[in-house]
Amino acid sequence: MALQKNKTGLFQADLVGTALKQSFVKLDPRLMIKNPVMFTVEIGTLVMLAVVLYAAFTRDHSQGSVGYNGAVFAVLLITLLFANFAEAIAEARGKAQAESLRRTRQDTPAKKIIPVGEITTNEVKLVSSSQLQLDDRFVCEAGDVIPMDGEIVEGIATIDESAITGESAPVIREAGGDKSSVTGGTKVLSDRIVVQVTTRPGETFLDKMIALVEGANRQKTPNEIALTILLASFTIVFIIVCVTLKPFADYAQTPITIAAFISLFVCLIPTTIGGLLSAIGIAGMDRALRANVIAKSGKAVETAGDVDTLLLDKTGTITIGNRKATHFYSTDGLGEKEFIELAALSSLADDTPEGKSIVELALQNGVNQRRDPAMQFVNFTAETRSSGVNLPGGRQIRKGAQDAIRNMVTKAGHSFPDAISSRVQSIAQNGGTPLVVAENGEAKGVIELQDIIKPGIQQRFERLRKMGVKTVMVTGDNPLTAKYIATKAGVDDFIAEAKPEDKMNYIKKEQATGKLVAMMGDGTNDAPALAQADVGVAMNSGTQAAKEAGNMVDLDNDPTKLIEVVEIGKQLLITRGTLTTFSIANDVAKYFAIVPALFVASIPALQGLNIMHLKSPESAILSAVIFNAIIIPLLIPLALRGVEYKPIGASALLRRNLLIYGFGGIIVPFIGIKLIDLLIGLFL
Amino acid sequence: MNKEILGILLTYGLTILLAIPLGKAIARWLNGERSAWNAMAPLEHLIYRLAGVNPAEEMNWKQHLKALLTINLVWFAYGFFMLIFQGSLPLNPDGNPSQSPDLAFNTVISFIVNCDLQHYSGESGLTYLTQVFVASFFQFVSAASGIAALFVLFRALRSKVTHQLGNFWVFFVQSITRILLPLAFVVAVILALSGTPASWAGKDSIATLQGDSVQVSRGPAAAMIAIKQLGTNGGGWFGANSAHPLENPNYLTNMVEAISILLVPVALVFALGFYLKKQRLSRVIYAVMTVGFVVLVSLAVSQEIAGSPVISKLGIAQGSGSMEGKEVRFGAAATGYWSIVTTATSNGSVNGMHDSTMPLSGFAQILDMMINAFYGGVGVGLLNYFVFLIIAVFISGLMVGRTPEFLGRKIEAREMKIAALVAILHPLLILAGTALSSHILVHHPGAAWAVKPGAWLNNPGYHGYSEMLYEYTSSAANNGSGFEGLADNNLFWNISCGFVLILGRYLPIIGPVAIAGILAGKKWTPESAGTLKSDSYTFGLMTFAVIVIIAALSFFPALALGPLAEYFSINK
Repeated sequence: MALQKNKTGLFQADLVGTALKQSFVKLDPRLMIKNPVMFTVEIGTLVMLAVVLYAAFTRDHSQGSVGYNGAVFAVLLITLLFANFAEAIAEARGKAQAESLRRTRQDTPAKKIIPVGEITTNEVKLVSSSQLQLDDRFVCEAGDVIPMDGEIVEGIATIDESAITGESAPVIREAGGDKSSVTGGTKVLSDRIVVQVTTRPGETFLDKMIALVEGANRQKTPNEIALTILLASFTIVFIIVCVTLKPFADYAQTPITIAAFISLFVCLIPTTIGGLLSAIGIAGMDRALRANVIAKSGKAVETAGDVDTLLLDKTGTITIGNRKATHFYSTDGLGEKEFIELAALSSLADDTPEGKSIVELALQNGVNQRRDPAMQFVNFTAETRSSGVNLPGGRQIRKGAQDAIRNMVTKAGHSFPDAISSRVQSIAQNGGTPLVVAENGEAKGVIELQDIIKPGIQQRFERLRKMGVKTVMVTGDNPLTAKYIATKAGVDDFIAEAKPEDKMNYIKKEQATGKLVAMMGDGTNDAPALAQADVGVAMNSGTQAAKEAGNMVDLDNDPTKLIEVVEIGKQLLITRGTLTTFSIANDVAKYFAIVPALFVASIPALQGLNIMHLKSPESAILSAVIFNAIIIPLLIPLALRGVEYKPIGASALLRRNLLIYGFGGIIVPFIGIKLIDLLIGLFL
Repeated sequence: MNKEILGILLTYGLTILLAIPLGKAIARWLNGERSAWNAMAPLEHLIYRLAGVNPAEEMNWKQHLKALLTINLVWFAYGFFMLIFQGSLPLNPDGNPSQSPDLAFNTVISFIVNCDLQHYSGESGLTYLTQVFVASFFQFVSAASGIAALFVLFRALRSKVTHQLGNFWVFFVQSITRILLPLAFVVAVILALSGTPASWAGKDSIATLQGDSVQVSRGPAAAMIAIKQLGTNGGGWFGANSAHPLENPNYLTNMVEAISILLVPVALVFALGFYLKKQRLSRVIYAVMTVGFVVLVSLAVSQEIAGSPVISKLGIAQGSGSMEGKEVRFGAAATGYWSIVTTATSNGSVNGMHDSTMPLSGFAQILDMMINAFYGGVGVGLLNYFVFLIIAVFISGLMVGRTPEFLGRKIEAREMKIAALVAILHPLLILAGTALSSHILVHHPGAAWAVKPGAWLNNPGYHGYSEMLYEYTSSAANNGSGFEGLADNNLFWNISCGFVLILGRYLPIIGPVAIAGILAGKKWTPESAGTLKSDSYTFGLMTFAVIVIIAALSFFPALALGPLAEYFSINK
């Protein structure tokens, strides 16, 4: 999996350095206010600073000693820094990842075409890539690095995209059609192409992505907003709790120090999730980027987690590349060897992968046919729908789909053998593609082509089914073949003989029943469907139109990437949910640490609530705030990596996460606070 | 087994036995199926005709709320003038005086909002006219308002993508004609046969055993007592409420009344499941509520049976438990049970003095009202629960890796905002109210008011604090019971509680109905294996945790200074 591919340590030294610096920069209240939970902590910290200064200068110790207040202040400040650090390290990691991609395309020389006059006797001028504007054209020849994202308008070339995808095999890109897009930073290996710039400088997908991670353009997703509202409302409840405590304490004649008030408040509000929330969001996009998927927005990643239906192309996703010849079936009266020779001859000039596989299979059967200059090759045309060869001796060998050959045979006045008809039928029923071979207008036998289903794909679909995601296979095959492969691979539904509009209609149909649909596509004719789908992943090799229409771009051009994207989306939401639960569950223990500490001096009977038997009110309060602070960095790795998603069904997943993060969230702070109290007890 | 405990179990068992078929019957009629209810149709149609209402008109959630709030405002004006002029109006055989404007404000508000916080005694504070045509009338219509609001939620949860959520007036009228009136009739007959007065005559005069002549108040009480319980209103005919021998003559009537309190709130929980055809959802909600209820009942009953440790230390046996402020004909256990039943449901009628219960019983009573969703008041209890449920759905939805959704609708920022607002409101009203009164009491005890703040409390210390906390909690929860040591019939308490009552009633109705209405208009997504199951017990546990951590724990410091401090002090 690509996720592992880019795995690096969570805390690289240089990143930590940047993040530490950013932790202080982010203390700026103007930045802080975006996070209401932590902003209130900042206000509390400032109040504590005032208390410390007051106690230090006036020697008035009614609010507790300078040391104690200073300790509380320090812990609160550290809490803020920890929260800032979490966000900063997530940003730094995302940025580093994006930078490493961007580095490949910085200031490459570009051979810009300067149009001269009406008649295009164009000049080529060497400029820096940063000077290229939208719709400019440039030339790339063998050995050139492509300076900018664009679309080929002239020529064909082999291109090494390993800088972006990590895949070493070169790919072919040509003008027109669905493979016309080139990415800046990749290298032309052969031939010459003219490319038109399709993006403004600084607006490539990668630039957008980097901006998203950096925070300048980062917008909160709807789900993040809803969660922030919930967390803010908790914060307000605890403001009410703490403010009203003052008159209550007055009534009970129990003086409560400012430090105690602020500690209670900071401990109760959900600082853990509040501090980690933006880090979780950034890390989600970062995980997508590490899987070589560029998400155009954080929302796209989240939506991926909600997907109900997944449209997958058969070729490349479910089956390995192309069909392969697997069997030769000759008719009665013709030796097998002879038929294989016929089949191989018919495919000698057939450059399609299917044709090549027939020659290969013949070779394995000991039949070695070679091209001969005397041979006259007949190419496939839309009219004849067959191809083949005319041999010098007058033999005419043709190969094609059943109906094409049947036409040819009947035209020649021969009958089409029943044996061949039934063979064709049985091959199709078993998911194969039959090709019939004829010689001089007589049907001679059938070649079986089979799809090879990717190993392990069944398990992946099973995993998706447990997530509640329905898989749909899209294929150009006939319904019979499609059904066979669908059953064998374990997809839930299929679209056979699919035309681009069929995809679109299927998506609309699913959406009409309220489902969210994800699909992957590359061609221009995929663009409408990509735009219609809730999650559209365009392949980087695809056309510009497809890339504009989708909300994610997959740099690897890997059709199975959709599955990973869904898991990344789910992981993002789960991480948010579990850490929220953990954060809120922590409150139980904190109440039992602080509330007795507040009152016990004046109401000794309330010692009964001190179920953790904390040493003194001061140590209890300090232990609670210290626990509250250190839990943030302890959870940063979890926030960055994400809580593991297990496809075990929603109910089981809820049970599991509730047990770990809910029940754990209640227990852990009891233990943590007690331990810290024991430690503090050694010094106090 | 202890006979007293057996009595409680029997009472609760009968409640459930009656609630399930009632819930089923309500669901059938809401579904438009023909049933015995249809006998009421002619009466209902007469009412619609007289009121000029078109029962076929479909309303969206905003129209529902507009109708509810408008009619409530009309009643407020009507009730207020009746009370301040009742002394000069007919049907006043005992010659009771008119109410002062601030008391009338508090009384009308508290009856309209289904609270019945009575800062007066029924015998002397109201006339027969206002008892029947203000108090009892409001007890019917306030209960019906709550039920009608809940039916909007029912409708919203069932239908797929709609803004048409039924007709408020139909829901409202039918709640009275089909639930409250028939049940109230049965209960009133049982009460009247057991000795509760049902007469228009004025005070009676009897000679006591000592030979004195005593004036005994009476009136058409049985009818009002029936609806006060069934509508979770709680406002009694007599000042002593259901502890009064004429209001609650014997153990049987005590059982009947205790059953009446819980019956409709529990039946509505079951009705939800039958109506939505999601009985598992109902069972889970019922289970969550019941766990909370049973915990609190066990606490209160065990405390009351055990008696006071202070008295035990004196070497005095308390064979029948703590009997201070209790009626001998009910005993400690039945009173403890009742105290939780009445605080759970926002009823507020009492059959003993809550002020005299043990500290932890008081703790359980106050906590019960702070949560206000373990069954809760008729209609509104389930609406309150719905808010917690939405919050639980949001958090657990995330935990299973999907944008949170409830019954196929996504929970987004707008719904979260409303739910959060309602969730904040309750602690705000209770804590801010108590803080205000504590502040005045501490810093201005001698203010020149009719009742000086320094004289508010009957008891000093923790218990005095509990009395104030109880009063605002009871107001915010629209409960209406009180720790009666508090001198509450004066300007400060009448007005401050009046505003808490209004906010505590209408916002928690508006919020959930708005959420439901918005959800009903949203895209509907079918369930898949990845969808959170809101009818699983795991999710029930999550909801319970949300209730405990959000609703209960925010009050922990306040409770620590009141009942908990008192408990730890006498149990040293």
